[in-house]
Amino acid sequence: MKRFIGFIKKEFYHIFRDKRSLFILFGMPIAQILLFGFAITNEINNVDIAIFDKSNDATTQEIIQKISASKYFSIKQNITNEAEIETVFQKGNVLAVLVFEKDFKKNLTKDNAAKVHVITDATDPNTANSITNYISAIIGSYQKEINKNSTLEYQIETKSRMVYNPELKSVFMFVPGVMTIILMLVSAMMTSISITREKELGTMEILLVSPLKPFQVIIGKVIPYIFLSIINAVVIVILSIFIFKMPVQGSLFLLALESVLFIITSLSLGILISTVSATQQTAMMISLMGLMLPTILLSGFIFPISSMPLPLQVISNIIPAKWFILILKGIMLKGVGLAFIWKETLILFGMTLFFIALSVKKYKIRLE
Amino acid sequence: MSISVQHISKSFKKVTAVNDVSFEVKEGELFGLNGPDGAGKTTIFRMLTTLLFADKGTATVAGFDVVDDYKEIRNNVGYMPGKFSLYQDLTVEENLDFFATIFGTTIEENYELIKDIYVQIEPFKKRRAGALSGGMKQKLALSCALIHKPKVLFLDEPTTGVDPVSRKEFWEMLKRLQQKGITILVSTPYMDEAELCDRIALIQHGKILQIDTPQEIIKHYPKKIYDVRADNMYRLIESLKSFEHHYSVYPFGEFVHYTDKRDDFNPQELQQYLAANDHQNIKIEITKTTIEDTFMELAK
Repeated sequence: MKRFIGFIKKEFYHIFRDKRSLFILFGMPIAQILLFGFAITNEINNVDIAIFDKSNDATTQEIIQKISASKYFSIKQNITNEAEIETVFQKGNVLAVLVFEKDFKKNLTKDNAAKVHVITDATDPNTANSITNYISAIIGSYQKEINKNSTLEYQIETKSRMVYNPELKSVFMFVPGVMTIILMLVSAMMTSISITREKELGTMEILLVSPLKPFQVIIGKVIPYIFLSIINAVVIVILSIFIFKMPVQGSLFLLALESVLFIITSLSLGILISTVSATQQTAMMISLMGLMLPTILLSGFIFPISSMPLPLQVISNIIPAKWFILILKGIMLKGVGLAFIWKETLILFGMTLFFIALSVKKYKIRLE
Repeated sequence: MSISVQHISKSFKKVTAVNDVSFEVKEGELFGLNGPDGAGKTTIFRMLTTLLFADKGTATVAGFDVVDDYKEIRNNVGYMPGKFSLYQDLTVEENLDFFATIFGTTIEENYELIKDIYVQIEPFKKRRAGALSGGMKQKLALSCALIHKPKVLFLDEPTTGVDPVSRKEFWEMLKRLQQKGITILVSTPYMDEAELCDRIALIQHGKILQIDTPQEIIKHYPKKIYDVRADNMYRLIESLKSFEHHYSVYPFGEFVHYTDKRDDFNPQELQQYLAANDHQNIKIEITKTTIEDTFMELAK
């Protein structure tokens, strides 16, 4: 046991003396969570639009009034001819142009139908979609207002309510994703690098020719990173609660347990990577290409899994991060207990056992 | 026997690194493995320290089989690999303390054994190992390999890349360790160091050429060796090689070592031949045979 503690002490020396790994360990989580939280966002706010009002009557004025009064849009300019539409888009001044047809009010009152044209800049499809939806919603509510007195027969009204994230805050989506990525990165990459470093520097040779058992070496390598990852997880949760007002509806204790499970999954992946790579560089490449990319792309963090082609949906099942993100969303946003996420937990647990068994089998007690 | 090696062979893919090697090292002996780079020295060390399996043959270290009893061997030997293998980001003291701990001992417990060596680096004990000079690194590595009082010490090219003064000190330390009853197997590409061992095995291309004490090996050299020098060394070697009676010619430090085919060779004759070939400041002297001469002869 004393040997073991001596080994762990040595590992902490390594971590705290290497400025680069310290930065990855503690700088990156904070930087990432702030970046994703503040900079990358799908919400629309104060989008600049232009108006091409061909009729310029009371009704169009009222609609324009409503749009500019909302916090989502601000009217940047008024256009007077068709050709200008193209120009304002090319200049990038506005993201949408609203075109009211001629004799808008007259058509509305006489023919019971008037047309408004929403043209959006779809170089960013998500934003364009949101803009169209928001404008339609504003016009829709105006329409209901003017129809208040006259009762239409057979009217179907859709009423929607967004649950678990009623304000559609994108940070709620990013926090579980970022937490997953950071835990994965810190645990898997850092352990695999720290084990391969011993191989590369030749110290593994001495460790092998010592009474330390191989599993002691591995566990000794892993324990410091379990501690550091837990600290990271706590920092991320605290940041998201206090800065982004992320709710944690479910039990914090369950959240902690599940995080520890995922940390161990990632660590076992890291050990597995270290058994197949001879240098730190290989270990880093495998961790980045083999773990980070699939984690970002296929876990449902950025791109919803349900809209992926079927083969990718199938592949996403073997990504541990996918299951952890489901668990995190369940606990943080839906406030569910273990009864609802036992399946995901079991899958993660199974994966961990599999990775550990595989690395034990692959771990070499000799040089070849 | 402290180390016993019986007919071991080892190949890596197509290269045969060690080919049917056998030797024995007595308890408390300082035994040297001498040969050029790529001779198979490191592979032999790795097989004896249980890091590699031999393809063929058996070996025991301190009475334990290297395959079946590898755990006992790992408790009882000290190993210093060829590459500097300590933690560069740990201080001298932390390195030593770490190795003491993983072997289940403390610096104080075995301080007596490493005292001679450690006092020389103790003034720098707060310095990171990566910032030490080559000679000091070597002393630290030796201290770390010794801290658990091993029965057998394996030193793989311990003096490669170390300055001549430190090398000499290092060998004096080995001699003192030997007196404390530790069996030492050391490999070195330097032939002058070979003469400091009790017995040596000359090794090339994975095969042992000869095993004996350095004195016996030198004694069995069949020829008289002459130091030859002149102003233009390159032309001198050319001229000597075209001398019809030459047996061997190779540069040796600032001289050329020359041997003749005939037993009744007269240096005067060579002097005249060289003078006739426009050489200036010719010097020919009989010299002492060294291990290197023997090696060159055996490796022919």
